[in-house]
Amino acid sequence: MLKLTQWLWGLGLLDSAWAALTMGALDLELSFPCQEVLWPLPAYLLVSAGCYALGIVGYSVATFHDCEDAVRELQSQILEAQADLTRNGLCF
Amino acid sequence: MASTGASRGGAASPRPPQGRSSRQDKYSVLLPTYNERENLPLIVWLLVKSFSESAINYEIIIIDDGSPDGTREVAEQLEKIYGSDRILLRPREKKLGLGTAYIHGIKHATGNYVIIMDADLSHHPKFIPEFIRKQKEGNFDIVSGTRYKGNGGVYGWDLKRKIISRGANFITQILLRPGASDLTGSFRLYRKEVLQKLIEKCVSKGYVFQMEMIVRARQLNYTIGEVPISFVDRVYGESKLGGNEIVSFLKGLLTLFATT
Repeated sequence: MLKLTQWLWGLGLLDSAWAALTMGALDLELSFPCQEVLWPLPAYLLVSAGCYALGIVGYSVATFHDCEDAVRELQSQILEAQADLTRNGLCF
Repeated sequence: MASTGASRGGAASPRPPQGRSSRQDKYSVLLPTYNERENLPLIVWLLVKSFSESAINYEIIIIDDGSPDGTREVAEQLEKIYGSDRILLRPREKKLGLGTAYIHGIKHATGNYVIIMDADLSHHPKFIPEFIRKQKEGNFDIVSGTRYKGNGGVYGWDLKRKIISRGANFITQILLRPGASDLTGSFRLYRKEVLQKLIEKCVSKGYVFQMEMIVRARQLNYTIGEVPISFVDRVYGESKLGGNEIVSFLKGLLTLFATT
């Protein structure tokens, strides 16, 4: 199944479940507090998902490894390489 | 250093047994070059050093797309120094793109594994023995270098670049759930037949091409292992990531989302 299809199915399922519950289509005698929460639930979940995304991206940017050693090592190896290659007859 | 493997797919595609002697394995490095006159000798020297130190059988295939700066002449000198059994020159007339460069290179590769990497020193050959070790460890079809896990990282990116990179990767992970942490990376080891198969199937260009390879690999139930690498961006002065690239990345991502 395509990723897009999976998403549409998943969202469709959640949407119809929410719609069914809020419009009383399932004949469930939900208590009033439940109904109160159910109504804004999608909006709440959406905003939560957005915050989660921001959190994850922020955290991963903050912990993005800066490879200082790699650069130092590369720079010294470049010098070594240039010397060795010139010895072997390379004209840069 | 934390190396991670990815999950296996369902039905296994035929995979060579692990018992094959490592003396029989040969690794072909594909180096597409365009105006890399200064970097080419250095990357070749580093490759030779890494392979020789680990006693690995290798060849380096330099695919130059008619560089006007004399890259080809430098490549010829390197061939003289290291031998034409180690350095293979397979140039092309003009700049034709990465996918076709790989196809061209594979045709001439005599190894049973192919390594693709950048020729501008952003990828360090010292990771190649680790790729090989990882591949043997899990009998993986593909080993991908990742900048986003374990000890992996980048040098030379400012905050904006990091945000774009992590943000794009996050969206990609959510939408495609690819089973690999670094989709746009281009430092990878493939079994030769796997690379051949994947290139046939891929239609995108640029960053998205690398992403599509991994996504198609998962579709075909190939196994993917990961090794953290360091990426040294030496062109960080220039704005390598313009609005155009971001737009085409998003277009490509949505295409993959809708078609795979």
